[in-house]
Amino acid sequence: MTLFGDPAIWLPVAFAGILGVSILLYVILDGFDLGVGILLPLADDAEKDRMIASIGPFWDANETWLVLGVGILLVAFPTAHGVILTALYLPVAVMLVGLILRGVAFEFRIKAPLERKSIWNWTFFAGSLMTALAQGLMLGLYIMGLEITLINVAFALLMALCVVGGYAFIGATWLILKTEEALQTKALIWARFGLFGAAFGLAAVSLATPFASDRIFDKWFSMPAFVALAPLPIVSTGLLVVLWLSLRHLSVSENRAGDWVPFTAAVALFVIAFVGLAYSFYPYIVPEKLTIYDAASAPESLMIILVGTLVVMPVILGYTALSYVIFRGKATELRYD
Amino acid sequence: MEELVLARIQFAANISFHILFPTITIGLGWVLLFFKLRYGASGDERWIEAYRFWVKVFALSFALGVVSGITMSFQFGTNWPGYMEKVGNIAGPLLAYEVLTAFFLEAVFIGIMLFGASRVSNWLHTVATFCVAFGTTMSAFWIIVLNSWMHTPVGFELRDGVAHATDWWAIVFNPSMPYRLTHMLMASGLTVAFLIAGLSALRLLMGDRSDSPRLALKVGVYLAAVLIPLQIYAGDLHGLNTLEHQPQKIAAMEANWETRSNVPLLLFAIPDQAQRKNHFEIGVPNGASLILKHRGDGVVPGLNDYVSADGKPLHPPVAAVFWSFRVMVGVGMLMLLVSWFAAWSLRGAGAAAISPWLLRGLVAMTFSGWVATLAGWYTTEIGRQPWLVQGVLTTAEAVGPVSAPLILSTLIVYLIIYAVLAVSYIAVLVHLSRKAAEGSGGGPATGLAAVTD
Ligand code: HDD
Ligand code: HEM
Ligand code: HEM
Repeated sequence: MTLFGDPAIWLPVAFAGILGVSILLYVILDGFDLGVGILLPLADDAEKDRMIASIGPFWDANETWLVLGVGILLVAFPTAHGVILTALYLPVAVMLVGLILRGVAFEFRIKAPLERKSIWNWTFFAGSLMTALAQGLMLGLYIMGLEITLINVAFALLMALCVVGGYAFIGATWLILKTEEALQTKALIWARFGLFGAAFGLAAVSLATPFASDRIFDKWFSMPAFVALAPLPIVSTGLLVVLWLSLRHLSVSENRAGDWVPFTAAVALFVIAFVGLAYSFYPYIVPEKLTIYDAASAPESLMIILVGTLVVMPVILGYTALSYVIFRGKATELRYD
Repeated sequence: MEELVLARIQFAANISFHILFPTITIGLGWVLLFFKLRYGASGDERWIEAYRFWVKVFALSFALGVVSGITMSFQFGTNWPGYMEKVGNIAGPLLAYEVLTAFFLEAVFIGIMLFGASRVSNWLHTVATFCVAFGTTMSAFWIIVLNSWMHTPVGFELRDGVAHATDWWAIVFNPSMPYRLTHMLMASGLTVAFLIAGLSALRLLMGDRSDSPRLALKVGVYLAAVLIPLQIYAGDLHGLNTLEHQPQKIAAMEANWETRSNVPLLLFAIPDQAQRKNHFEIGVPNGASLILKHRGDGVVPGLNDYVSADGKPLHPPVAAVFWSFRVMVGVGMLMLLVSWFAAWSLRGAGAAAISPWLLRGLVAMTFSGWVATLAGWYTTEIGRQPWLVQGVLTTAEAVGPVSAPLILSTLIVYLIIYAVLAVSYIAVLVHLSRKAAEGSGGGPATGLAAVTD
């Protein structure tokens, strides 16, 4: 297979791309359902049921993108997988505990005796919050090159709050899309608060990354790149404005047409932030230490996986889309029959 | 050293908790499909009532399986970085195929299976149910392929100390895979059969007056009665295969120290690795030779052949392997007795008046499948020690740099959570059974209105 040149060169790039796509999809998809979990205590009991119903058919598949993400990291870049996960051992453990708690609370809250339901609701909230905090910590430490120093930890803690804010924000926009009436009105308020958090987080990452390393600084602020990259900040500012306007419009509008706008714009914002980060770190997979070429598995193994991925991925996307079509529209009560 | 022990305990704790739930979902997915198809064919309400009850158990088990499985997929990196560095070229593609062909399939279709019945046509719902059952089985296939390859590695070569695949066909169909897969799938079937029989018996004891648990009980008992002899036969073949490829494991399972003929089948013994002999042996003369070599004077390998020149054992810890094997086989024999006795009492009109003693016996056996499955995995996995990949990589070589206190503290947290979850899981099963039993007393079946509670 020398059709496209040396596979030792392009295979790692292809896998970095697949890894990026799965992490991005994970952050968006599980981001909104974690966000719904974080917002849960703000709603009353009936609304809680409706909120959870809005993510019920999706959360499991959403988390599978995380499994694919670590899977690809594990199989395509085994050395990096070891380095990153042993360095992030503690936040990973916290995240796993969080994921366990919320995943099971989802089931237990409707199957356990009624008087226990509120305990499981709190568990669901706590698990979602822990997961988001831990992921923010991981992102922060990763940006700072996986070195544990006081200032890096402080930055990572700030990132943890930003990720919680970001997830709550995209969760609120999801609820605007999937719910009606009083709950939708509440979600609009949450989203307007969340927008500030999201804007702040975006600014924090954009400022911190270039200063974390000279290499990244040069990548952004050297000449042709600076112009070529200008659309990223411009479009994201535009998106923030669109969000602001549409949230304001929906809050006063009668029929709430266009309730899909905030979620769509939020997704676009996540995509842009992600592309910016990916650009900063490429070609490193462990910042400043290991490139994707150093860390990649043997080409013959990558080829086997690539073929499988290219065949199976469209099918997965197809039936995932099918499920979103089946459960389109406003969330209704979850029923087994 | 301490890190190694703790990392092993942590891995074992997590996967032991994880495997409890896949064991249920692999078998139960197919049983649900069966209930659904029977309802479609006969229109008999009892089948769809059984489906509605068991789909709740399935949803709960599935959620526990998923979250504990996600923990598993991180553990390779957090606990065994050396594993992926050395054999990642082989483990990687197999794990990737599990995610791609199995996890997404089940994760997406479970949404449609659980919540889509009123939104999609009946046939699409049946297809979704099939996809979920098929997905869990595919997942078992890939992970067992990998696990079996770790026991009987073939189809690769070592270049600069790193394994490179040379023959994928040989890797996938490695020598122990067919036996281990068959044995594990039947273990799931048996676990589910006894779970169904046990909880249905519990509902009847609680005074359930609907007909559906009676029907489910029959399904459970007959399924168990058919599977258990097949499982014992498959287990025997599995053992013969292991004798060929991992003789030191068989020696530990039989606690046989010297290679010799006329080896007895030990029913009880206290293996003593320090003195390299057994205390308080009770055995059937020539039994082990007969089973393993099909003749009374067959020669069975002994543990003393697996000792290094300076006296270090190169075989697994004997007592743990010996006893877990006996627990598994013991539970298997109990399953044979109980299921055949129950099937015999249920024949003909017997189902109308099942004796309460039989019901109590079945309740006692509800989780017997879990016990046997865990015991079986302990036999297999501890029996591979000190190797992680037989003959290629030792467990000690694969351990990561994470410090002991960190592993210990996370281990404690995991254990607490697992204990709480296991208790809650069983409590909810009992609660669901009680609610179903109470619901059946109050007039016609409330099944049609059943919401997710
Ligand atoms: C794909 C790989 C794989 C699979 C499917 C399993 N295991 Fe395993 N097991 C390992 C891969 C592994 C391992 C990574 O190879 C370990 C970690 C340390 C070791 O010695 O082997 C291990 C160790 C290990 C130990 C500790 C043995 C010791 O250190 O003495 C136990 C008790 C189990 N496993 C139990 C299980 C159970 C209950 C399984 C049922 C699903 C299971 N294993 C499946
Ligand atoms: C080292 C071993 C293992 C790892 C790393 C692992 C990993 C995982 C992961 C990540 C999931 C969640 C997938 C999702 O999001 O849907 C999962 C679920 C599952 N695993 Fe495992 N697993 C292991 C052992 C096993 C074994 C031995 C079996 C079966 C024999 C098995 C069968 C399943 C099944 C059927 C599921 C689907 C969820 C469920 O039905 O509960 N796994 N596993
Ligand atoms: C009663 C007769 C049985 C025999 C002779 C038997 C035999 C065996 C043997 C020899 C192994 C070890 C394979 C290896 O060397 O790695 C094994 C493993 C195992 N057994 Fe059994 N078994 C029996 C019953 C059962 C029952 C009733 C269950 C569960 C319901 C069960 C579940 C397992 C599991 C899950 C494993 C580990 C996976 C594997 O290696 O297949 N076994 N069995």
